[in-house]
Formats: sequence, structure tokens, C-alpha cells
Amino acid sequence: MFGSRFKLTLEIAKVHLLSKPKQTVIAMLGVTFGIAMFIALVGLMTGLNDFTEEITMTSSPDIHIYKDVTSPRPTILQQTSPGSLTWVHHQKPKNELTKVRNAYRIMELIRKNEMVRGVAPALSSQVFYNYGPAQLNGSILGVDILEEDKLFGLKSKMKEGRIEELLATREGIIMGQGLAKKLDVKKGNRIVITTPEGHTMTLKIVGIFQMGIGVVDNVRCYANIGTVQTILQQDPSYVTDINIKLNDRHLAKKYAAELEAKYNTKAEDWETANATFLTGVIIRNIITYAVSVTLLIVAGFGIYNILNMTIYNKMKDIAILKAMGFAGGDVRSIFMIQSLIIGLIGAMAGLVIGYILSVLISKAPFNGGDIISLDHFPVNFDPKFYIIGVVFGVITTAVAGYMPSRKASRIDPIEILRGQ
Amino acid sequence: MEVLATRNISKYFYEPEKFQVLKDITLTINRGEFLSLVGKSGCGKSTLMYVLSTMDTDYEGELEIAGQKLTGKNQDTLSAFRNEHIGFVFQFHYLLPEFTVLQNVMIPALKRNKFSPEEIEHKAMERLKTLGVEQHAHKPSNKLSGGQQQRVAIARALINDPDIIMCDEPTGNLDSYNTHLVFDIFKQLTHEYKQTIIAVTHDDEFASKTDRIVQMSDGHIVL
Repeated sequence: MFGSRFKLTLEIAKVHLLSKPKQTVIAMLGVTFGIAMFIALVGLMTGLNDFTEEITMTSSPDIHIYKDVTSPRPTILQQTSPGSLTWVHHQKPKNELTKVRNAYRIMELIRKNEMVRGVAPALSSQVFYNYGPAQLNGSILGVDILEEDKLFGLKSKMKEGRIEELLATREGIIMGQGLAKKLDVKKGNRIVITTPEGHTMTLKIVGIFQMGIGVVDNVRCYANIGTVQTILQQDPSYVTDINIKLNDRHLAKKYAAELEAKYNTKAEDWETANATFLTGVIIRNIITYAVSVTLLIVAGFGIYNILNMTIYNKMKDIAILKAMGFAGGDVRSIFMIQSLIIGLIGAMAGLVIGYILSVLISKAPFNGGDIISLDHFPVNFDPKFYIIGVVFGVITTAVAGYMPSRKASRIDPIEILRGQ
Repeated sequence: MEVLATRNISKYFYEPEKFQVLKDITLTINRGEFLSLVGKSGCGKSTLMYVLSTMDTDYEGELEIAGQKLTGKNQDTLSAFRNEHIGFVFQFHYLLPEFTVLQNVMIPALKRNKFSPEEIEHKAMERLKTLGVEQHAHKPSNKLSGGQQQRVAIARALINDPDIIMCDEPTGNLDSYNTHLVFDIFKQLTHEYKQTIIAVTHDDEFASKTDRIVQMSDGHIVL
């Protein structure tokens, strides 16, 4: 039957739980529901976060170096005598090239830094795409396609054609899927592009890519950097952007500031570029935890109530146990064990149900529309959240069980045992 | 040989107003004595018994059981002391309803944790035999009659071979047949096994047949 002293308290706790199975199950269900919702919610929320982060991060550089035309332009007077009062009305931006000076030299220096995983030049320009009578505006990105692939994994994004085909044809272009759909073009078709300056060129579509984000897929084309330089009628050193990927993207902010100071140009890190997106992540996390904690607190109240009721019903038992030599601590253990058993089993069941819910959600069809290419919900099955769930559940039940258990340990047996 | 001694025990109630319920009680009880504590309702006999039982620690004076001074000891020490040295029988049986008769008898011994569960079970069966309820050992405790339940409660009080059994109206809830039965058991325990028993009772017939009667009135021992 029962052996040591702990086994005795455990046995009594077990008998109490089993003698009121309905009550016990209801208390457990409270915890189960709370944990299951936590697992399902956190899985969906972080799954969405990770998914959007993944596609934004793979399609955007950790650090983006470019020439910022809106940077303030001090007058000569301001430069010679700083502190003096000068005022220039209606200052217009200077007509200067958006070229990054000494781009290839800068890239060479950056590449030497061991934090850097890859550097790629880009030349971007607004263009019109003409195919038959259709005219759409978008952007063309002149790149070194192999470098670009190293940074953004272009190969895996190709829907039709291969990136190497761009190297083989000087007048080739790789088009975003959304754009291709709008223009109703296929691989092998030729289209005419027009730059803002009025230059035109006919290019052949050698491939179609899909990044998964509407803002890229609906407007962008890749071409060789030399091709774009030719369209814009610029020299071969003309580069507007330098994209950098780091080994650890969390160092981007610091390194960007360093680059900005060193090369006197604009260097934007991914955190700044994606500030709105990151705020969204934080808010989603807050909502997830707030809802889960609320559910668990409600479950905690349930346990508190049920234990209080059990203790009220077991006053006589508690009194006789104390008379027979059970110390206050022993009585407290009896009821703490009950609440912890409820918590542990409830939490475990919650994990199982939460997992099932997560699997169901991950199978549910979901149309991301043009914005994101998604056909079902992304769900995160990270075991970390399952551990957090159990810890949460057990802590809640321990806190909820502590007060009634302490009350039980303080019951004065004389008041109950005195026969009258 | 004395098993319990008190010196000048006084106790006050503070609700609804200050009232001295025990006044300078000095009492010595010898091993093997069957003692009844009698007196009118409100004379303080139950209160005295709960002081003697170590459950009530709010008193002045000194209490000594089995050679150990218990006044001023903390609650956990007193719990352990009760477990080893004192058995209880109340007006109601207070058996734990979810456990079998045998388990109920075993619990204080399991709590003491001095013997193996097998030894304890063997001993519990012997106690149940002594009290003539061994055939009910494996029934749930709430399936027995009132008299049988009270006998199981006595078996439970005996399981740790206590120095004293303290009873608060042990026959208060029993019919005359069972009252006699319980009395005879007590008599047998004191005479054959030298068991000390203190019983608070207002049953004069029960008291008159005990070895020693302590009569209380207004917080004093008068006889």
C-alpha cells in the first residue's frame, strides 16, 4: 500500500482527487483550456511572425548603402562661418546623380570585414514596361546575378528559367511573377522598357521569379548591371546601391553607423528599414501572452475555488489528521500536491490539445492574396513554447493552490473535534 | 508510576469577555489508570482535556507527559509527540470516509514511519481482532455501523501503543449496547494491557465504573 511519509501524503492527496472525479476533471479542464489556447495562439502568432520575417529578411539586405538625395545641403556661408545666421528660402535639391561614389572600392573594403557574409552592387531605376498596348510602371534592378543569389537565394525563388540564363544573354531580364501576370507575358517574350529620361530598349524575358511579397513581385525585374547602365546611358562605375548581408544580422545597426561615418554616405540597417514590421511583431507577442495569461488566471481561480470547497468539505478529516500527529506542513502538502497534480495533468493535456489545434490550423487553407504568397497558415511548433506552457500551468496552479492549502494547515482541530 | 502531570494550569477565554476557564489545575495520572473527567456543562472538563492533549497550547502552568515537559514546545514537535504518545477517541468516529477500515487504522503508524508497512498492517489487523471488527477490515469505513466505527476509531487510537488514550465523550453517540461494549473494551485495555485512559464524559453511570473520577466545577478540580 503506502510506504514512506511522503507517499502517505501523496496517497491521501490522490484519494481526495479520485473521490471527487468530476470536480477534479473540471479543475483540470480549466488549465487544459488555458494551455491549449496558449500553444495554439503562440504557435500561430510566432509562425506568422517568423514567416513574414523570413520573407522580408531574405528579400531585403541587412545593410543598404545608397545616396540619399534628401540629405540637407549646407550653403558655403554656413560652412565657412558656422553659428552665423543664414537663411535660404525655397532651396531646391541639387540635380545630382544618385550614384554611390567609389562603389567598387567600398565593396572591396567591406568584403574584407569578417562579419560580412556577402556584398552585392545594384543599380535601380524606375521604368515603364511596354508589351503591346499595355504600359506598367515598375523598377528594374541591375545586378551581378551570382552575387545577388548569394545574398538573397534567388535560385530558390525562380518559377521559370534559371538565373544563369541571364549571364548568357546581354539583353535578358528576369521578371517578378506578379508583373508577368499583369502584362500577360511568358518566358521568351520580348518587352520594351522606357526610362524616365526617355531611353528605350527591348529585352527578352529569360526567367520569372517569386519572392512571396507583393511589393517586390508586382514591380521588380532583374537584369545584368551592365545592361541597366547601357539603358541609363551611364558609365560602368555607375552603381546606386550596395547591399550587404552579415553573418549576424543583429550587428547591423552598429555596423551601419560605422559605414555611414566612414564612407560619408547613407547606410540603412534592416531594423530601421522594417520598423513598422517589427512593431507589429512586438504587438502580436503582447496580445498572445496577454490572452494566454488571462486564460490561465481564470483557470487559477477555478482551482482556488475547487480546493477551497474540498477543504471546507474535509474540515473533519483535517482536524483528525492534525490530532493524530500530522503537522501543519503535512496538511499543506496534501492540498498543494492536489493542486500540482491538477496543474501538471491539466497542462499535459493542454499541450496535447494545443498540438492538435496547431496541426489543424496549419492545415487550414488561407489565401494571403497579392500581398503574401500563402496557401495555409504557417504555425510554429517550437518545443520552447511547450515547455513555457507547462511551466506557466504549474506556476499558476501552485499559486492558486497555495492560499487554500495554507488555510487548511492553519485549521484549529479543537474547534472541530469538540463534541457538543 | 506517573504518566502525566500538570502544575498550576490556568486558562482564559477572551471572547466575548475575559473569563478564567481553568484555575490552578494540578493533577497527576498514573500508568494504567482509567480516569473519567466529569462535571457540568461549561465547567472546563473538555477544555482541560484539550490542554492535556497538547492540541491547546494557550495556557499558563506546566504540562508533562511520559517524563517530557511539553509546555512551550512548538506545534511541529507537539504533532510528532501526539503521533507517538497519545491516542484519541472522540464522540464521533472521524474515520476518513474514502479509506478502508484497515487503512484508517494504519494511517497514524504510517505517519510515524517507524515500522514497515507490512508490520503495520499486521499490527492493525491484530488491533481490529482485539476489538472484534477484523471481518470488516477491507470495507470502506463509512459502510460500518456507529458502534463498529467507534471500535475502529479505538483500534486507530491504539496503533502506535500510546502512553495515554484521551477520549472526549467516547460513548456520547452510542446506544446502551455499544456503550457497554466500548466501556468493557476500555476496562480490558486498562487492566490487561496497563493502558492509561482519560475520558471526558457526562454519563454518570459510565464514570462511576471507572477507576478514578475527577470532578470539575467552575474551573477547579473538586474531587
